[in-house]
Amino acid sequence: MFGYEFYVDPSRCIGCKACENACAECDTHRGTPMIHVDFLDRRESIATVPTVCMHCDHPTCAEVCPADAIKKTEDGVVQSSLKPRCVACSNCVLACPFGVPKMMPRLEQMMKCDMCYDRTSEGRRPMCATVCPSQALAYVTPARMAAERRQAPSNVFQFGNQTITTKVFMMLPPDQPAVSVDVVDYMWEGRP
Amino acid sequence: MPVEALLERWGPHRNDTPPGGFEEQTRHPPDRLVKTHCCFCGQQCGIQLKVRDNQVVGFEPWEEFPFNRGMLCPKGVRRYLQNSHPDRLLAPLLRTDTGFRDAGWDEALDFTARRMREIQDRHGKDAVAVYGGASLTTEKAYLLGKFARLAVGTRHIDYNGRLCMVSAGTAYKLAFGADRAPNPWYDIPQAQVLFVIGANVAECSPITTEYVWRCRDNGGKLIVADPRLTPITRNADLYLPVRPGTDLALLLAMLHVVLRDGLEDREFIEAHTTGFDAVAESAKAWDPRRAAEVTGVPPDAIEKAARWFAEADRAMALHARGLEHHTKGVENCLAVVNLCLATGQIGREGAGCNMITGQGNGQGGREHGQKCDQLPGQRSITDPAAREHVARVWGVSPDAIPQAGLSAQEIMEAIHRGEIKGLLSICFNPLVSLPESAYTREALERLEFFGVIDFFMSETAHHADVVLAGSLHEEEEGVTCSVEGRVIHVQQAVTPPVDARADSWIICELGRRLGEPRHFAFASPREIFEELREASRGGIADYHGITYEKIDAQMGVFWPCPTLDHPGTPRLFEGGRFLHPDGKAHFQTTEWRASGDPLDDEFPVFLTTGRVVSHYLSGTQTRRIGPLIDQYPEPQLEIHPRLAEAHGLAHGDWVTITTRRAEMTLQAAVVRTIRPDTVFIAYHWAGARSANQLTHRSLDPRSKIPEFKVSACRVRKAAGPPAWAPRRKVELPMRRD
Repeated sequence: MFGYEFYVDPSRCIGCKACENACAECDTHRGTPMIHVDFLDRRESIATVPTVCMHCDHPTCAEVCPADAIKKTEDGVVQSSLKPRCVACSNCVLACPFGVPKMMPRLEQMMKCDMCYDRTSEGRRPMCATVCPSQALAYVTPARMAAERRQAPSNVFQFGNQTITTKVFMMLPPDQPAVSVDVVDYMWEGRP
Repeated sequence: MPVEALLERWGPHRNDTPPGGFEEQTRHPPDRLVKTHCCFCGQQCGIQLKVRDNQVVGFEPWEEFPFNRGMLCPKGVRRYLQNSHPDRLLAPLLRTDTGFRDAGWDEALDFTARRMREIQDRHGKDAVAVYGGASLTTEKAYLLGKFARLAVGTRHIDYNGRLCMVSAGTAYKLAFGADRAPNPWYDIPQAQVLFVIGANVAECSPITTEYVWRCRDNGGKLIVADPRLTPITRNADLYLPVRPGTDLALLLAMLHVVLRDGLEDREFIEAHTTGFDAVAESAKAWDPRRAAEVTGVPPDAIEKAARWFAEADRAMALHARGLEHHTKGVENCLAVVNLCLATGQIGREGAGCNMITGQGNGQGGREHGQKCDQLPGQRSITDPAAREHVARVWGVSPDAIPQAGLSAQEIMEAIHRGEIKGLLSICFNPLVSLPESAYTREALERLEFFGVIDFFMSETAHHADVVLAGSLHEEEEGVTCSVEGRVIHVQQAVTPPVDARADSWIICELGRRLGEPRHFAFASPREIFEELREASRGGIADYHGITYEKIDAQMGVFWPCPTLDHPGTPRLFEGGRFLHPDGKAHFQTTEWRASGDPLDDEFPVFLTTGRVVSHYLSGTQTRRIGPLIDQYPEPQLEIHPRLAEAHGLAHGDWVTITTRRAEMTLQAAVVRTIRPDTVFIAYHWAGARSANQLTHRSLDPRSKIPEFKVSACRVRKAAGPPAWAPRRKVELPMRRD
């Protein structure tokens, strides 16, 4: 959809997995989600984070593919592996810095989030960003994002020496001190 | 028939795929998309159902519907899997010595009517009770009230909303003269301070989360009071870890700070309220230091919360079951109301106190006559003028309408005592949802006659003499009223399969057999709605100006809507005009008292219960939907590491929890997100996995809501897993490794 961008704001995520469920329901996925939601560490915190494909400008998954099976469209969407070329070696699964591609053993093919190419090409927003009840996943215009959100978008990531720029934006929190996540620290009992 | 055999035959079994599997969906696109609403929860999100060959085969977001704009939670996404489910009841069933057998409709309906009449002939009209539910459309709820009063002729009709919204409803009627959230949800982002108390917004009303986040993005501050760090707490500006059962002390202390520091809105209080002085007096004793001792919330946090709330131009409180499920549930809600009234935070954009109704038609289902003490339009059944109006619409004498009857839990207790001997129940699974399930089971076994209308064989229906195969949400047209007071239009997407029937048809057929046929001559939900419009006319919840067409054109109509040219009322109490005859809000005093199941040395830990995002209420539907089961397969015990270590418990250990009623064994989820003096269990499961084995039957004296949020318990490491535990190791839904 022209003029729309994809934004991920993990601080909004409530871990409900509406995105995973909706992704699985998309016509082309046949019950298997291409994205996932994780607790960072449920024992310590309720914080969760959704992971969709970030659609890198220079996708590591495609760079490591020995069969040249992973293609990027002109508008920057990195697609699932081409079935006739994919040798199911899982190089992409291991190499992706965000942990996105999935090997489908039954299909002997890597599949991944393609930002709902079938939907966006018809003027419909991607399934996950449409249903997300916290709008941690949002597919909107940059102008609207700038007008409505406190956080700022970024699409530059540093993995060791590797700098990655992506089509998808991550919303970054404003500066704030460390926040405790243990209920005890907020309680009255046991205080001096 | 043993329970195992009933479960084997009738489920819950899983459904994971649409009819014919996912491949079938790509080969055969749907015939049509039906714009309707989700069947779960009071948010009542707009959704489009994909329909093919009279079956619901999938969903598509409905982005134009203004409340949720395409957003859905996992329950909404997967709701379609309840249609064409293998457990679906397809014909009426009659009990036999070995289980149930299929019956014809005439046989089943005649049997039901005959048994109810026989009991009433022998023991009086009130020996038979009727249970309804707040997931029914408003037409069905209205019809059921009329059916109970005119056809059955019993005083005793009540519904499962008695477990949900009644404390807030009672409080708002006392204070404001109307039982509805006063603000439309689009007001939430306009608040400068949002005070969420006793509401797990992210899991129980997920779409509201986005409204809360928008409030914060606009610069609003978020205060959350809860014994657990619920998901929305991740962005709270102030978190108040209130001890279970002590919300009232926290709220009184906040009012104390407001009045001590002169932060009240004198002008508003004098112009628009009564009863302030008595409430001000009652708050005097609750300085923050005393409240801290009772609530476990630090005095400085109480001070800060009170100041933020009072000093903001626009502050809003959101509250739900966490305040209501107490023997002082009404007081808790009144204390929120008092805080809003004292600070003038009501009746304006971004200012108000708002209950978050829980069940699908939690709001509409309680407005039109299936509550034991109400007639259509939120009218009191004891008000002679109300009785006369409704009697005129029904074409009967006011004397023909029975007086107020017992509430839901009280009905179960009257059954246990042998006073009520017959029960007809629709849309209610009391064996899972009422407290102390062993007591409920005993009562159900004492019934001389028990009839159930349902689409799945609930655990309660195991005890029935007859089960009438009714309709799913998508199988009958009607209206519901959402969390924000918006009356919306539920469409019929498909017809009931095989020999199942529309609920309203079943109730009318029973009505014709038990009472005068002319009272139940409805050919469609639309005809019921037309009568409901008249019955509600002039009442508080006035639907007279609402039509199906107007709802469709406006994407919902907020009540009251007295005339056809009236646009509806999104925001109540604007300009400080309240719905009591004097036009004022009435402050109500609140009295502190302990909970009904106090802690002692033997039971030193608080048990509190609630919901998870992938399940709905007693789980009759969601425990049958595969992906929702996988998301949270079994109940678990949330426990803080400090309490876990004291009992030698590690994450994933089996732990036995004991209350004064019962004990159960489940897996420990050791998390830092709950107070160390409190444990939590979600209540969606049945039998040995049911949290309501443990809870107690103490009721709020006014709202008659059970105290699900506070029980006294103890925990110990279990000798081994319970009989229900799967052979394989149960994975806790914790982290992805």
